[in-house]
Amino acid sequence: MVELLSYGFMRNALMAGVLVSLACGIIGTLVVLKRMVFISGGVAHTAYGGVGMAFYFGVNPVLGAVVFSLLASFLMGYVQRQTRQRQDTLIGVMWAIGMAIGIIFADLTPGYKADLMSYLFGSILAVTNADLWLMLVIDLLVIGLVIAFYKELQASAFDETFSRVRNLPVDFLYLVLITMIGLVVVMMMRVVGLIMIIALLTVPAAIGSLFLKDMKHIMGLSTVLSLVFTSGGLLISYFFNLTSGATIILFAGGAYLAALVLHRFCRRCPNA
Amino acid sequence: MHSANNHITAGKQTGDIKFMPQTFQKSSNSTLIEIENLHAGYNGEAVLQDINFTIQEGDFIGLIGPNGGGKTTLLKIILGLLTPKKGRISVMGKLPQDGRQHIGYVPQFADFDSDFPISVRDVVRMGRLSGKRLFKRLNTEDDAIVEERLDWVDMRDHMDRSLKELSGGQRQRVYIARALATDPKILMLDEPTNSVDYESRTKIYDLLHTINEQGITILMVSHDLNVISSYVKTIGCLNRQMHYHSEKEITAEMFNAAYDCPVELIAHGLPHRVLAEHKEAR
Ligand SMILES: Nc1ncnc2c1ncn2[C@@H]1O[C@H](COP(=O)(O)OP(=O)(O)OP(=O)(O)O)[C@@H](O)[C@H]1O
Ligand SMILES: [Mg+2]
Repeated sequence: MVELLSYGFMRNALMAGVLVSLACGIIGTLVVLKRMVFISGGVAHTAYGGVGMAFYFGVNPVLGAVVFSLLASFLMGYVQRQTRQRQDTLIGVMWAIGMAIGIIFADLTPGYKADLMSYLFGSILAVTNADLWLMLVIDLLVIGLVIAFYKELQASAFDETFSRVRNLPVDFLYLVLITMIGLVVVMMMRVVGLIMIIALLTVPAAIGSLFLKDMKHIMGLSTVLSLVFTSGGLLISYFFNLTSGATIILFAGGAYLAALVLHRFCRRCPNA
Repeated sequence: MHSANNHITAGKQTGDIKFMPQTFQKSSNSTLIEIENLHAGYNGEAVLQDINFTIQEGDFIGLIGPNGGGKTTLLKIILGLLTPKKGRISVMGKLPQDGRQHIGYVPQFADFDSDFPISVRDVVRMGRLSGKRLFKRLNTEDDAIVEERLDWVDMRDHMDRSLKELSGGQRQRVYIARALATDPKILMLDEPTNSVDYESRTKIYDLLHTINEQGITILMVSHDLNVISSYVKTIGCLNRQMHYHSEKEITAEMFNAAYDCPVELIAHGLPHRVLAEHKEAR
């Protein structure tokens, strides 16, 4: 166990788990409470378009993912703000187009492409020091913004109309949130891969909101839970030689099912 | 303007509602909301037609009308949540977006997530937030106001409970407390007693009556005619068009003019009231 930590890649992986869990617990809670799960899934998958294009043009895939994921966030956020119907259709279509762009550009790119897979399925063991720095910057941004606007975020997540009447910057906060979702997607891409981000983003907050009654507390518990899932999943995958991203997700999924069962039989839990 | 010395002491209040008055000028009769030739609707569907309507300081207006008549739409226009197609509207002499901070709003039913994990206290604290106080934390004065407003609606004991554990009527009272926590000049309530039991209903109306006597102007949508007729000062009837007279008299003629407004009004207690009974002639 201890000798595991002597491997640099293992240290980086566990560190990445900690950094990702912070942002994931906080933003995941807002995503779940604001019912933005679908849009977050859309952003994550669209980001693959950026990864594919970056490969083709020979630039850093993380950069491609950042650009695409932010573009997708703004576009989907805009679509969701239009109260006309069919927003889920539009988001679903963008989701697929983003993926298709990534796949086509990967086809066009000559040579070895195994690396592309790591963006889809995650490769927490390949996290570099540069990745960790990027994660740290995103964490600081997320934590800073959420602390600065906590009560306004809570108010507009709960009742947007009333917040608007109070002249809170509802649209600005939405823009901030959607930008943060875009950034968190990029940082989680390394850990569980674009395809499975949506599970790690939402499961901890979903468990939290089964048992807790306050947004702050749910954010805290979600952070702890995602840390448990990432590091626990990582160790299991190491010992049984499994894909780390998928193991993390299965661990989280199993915990969610267990939590649902537990909640059913817990009479003193809220909403039981 | 007089400097107000008509403080009302707590002992004089109706029932057991404790209202701590602020200073206010009862005699000034200024226009708070002014609507002229206003047309509005959604995506081409005309809902409000040629509305002319003013609200004066101190008014207590009951707004009635059939489902789909446009009552909620009118409130949204006043709150600047919907832009009119034609016409003029001013709130406190300003654009709705600039004047709405003085309006305490109680929405019709929670069209928002009632499953949201938030405590009763935090809901009412929302009333203390504003665009002008973005980076400031709420202080002990805010907390005192929050507790007091919860006390007015008899929900102080539930302060630390989660909103989703409350009944529909209890929630409604929390939303009223939230609107009152904004220290509004105008209170706008959209069917505030929808799912409130009879006893609490009377308490809420008593509270509104007291608040109105302190000089806070009230516009209230309600279908609860028998009750509102004994509390409000004037009644407006909205069915795409507005039928409203600011005289403190409600005449049978007025209801006839408002042909489609099904009204059966029983007025009691108030001296200026004309008893009007009107069966729908359809
Ligand atoms: N968001 C919306 N989009 C499109 N049409 C709307 C919207 N909201 C209301 N309407 C339409 O506008 C009309 C007036 O609705 P409004 O909600 O103002 O009625 P109301 O008088 O408040 O009715 P109720 O007594 O049922 O609350 C209705 O015909 C309704 O279908
Ligand atoms: Mg309505």
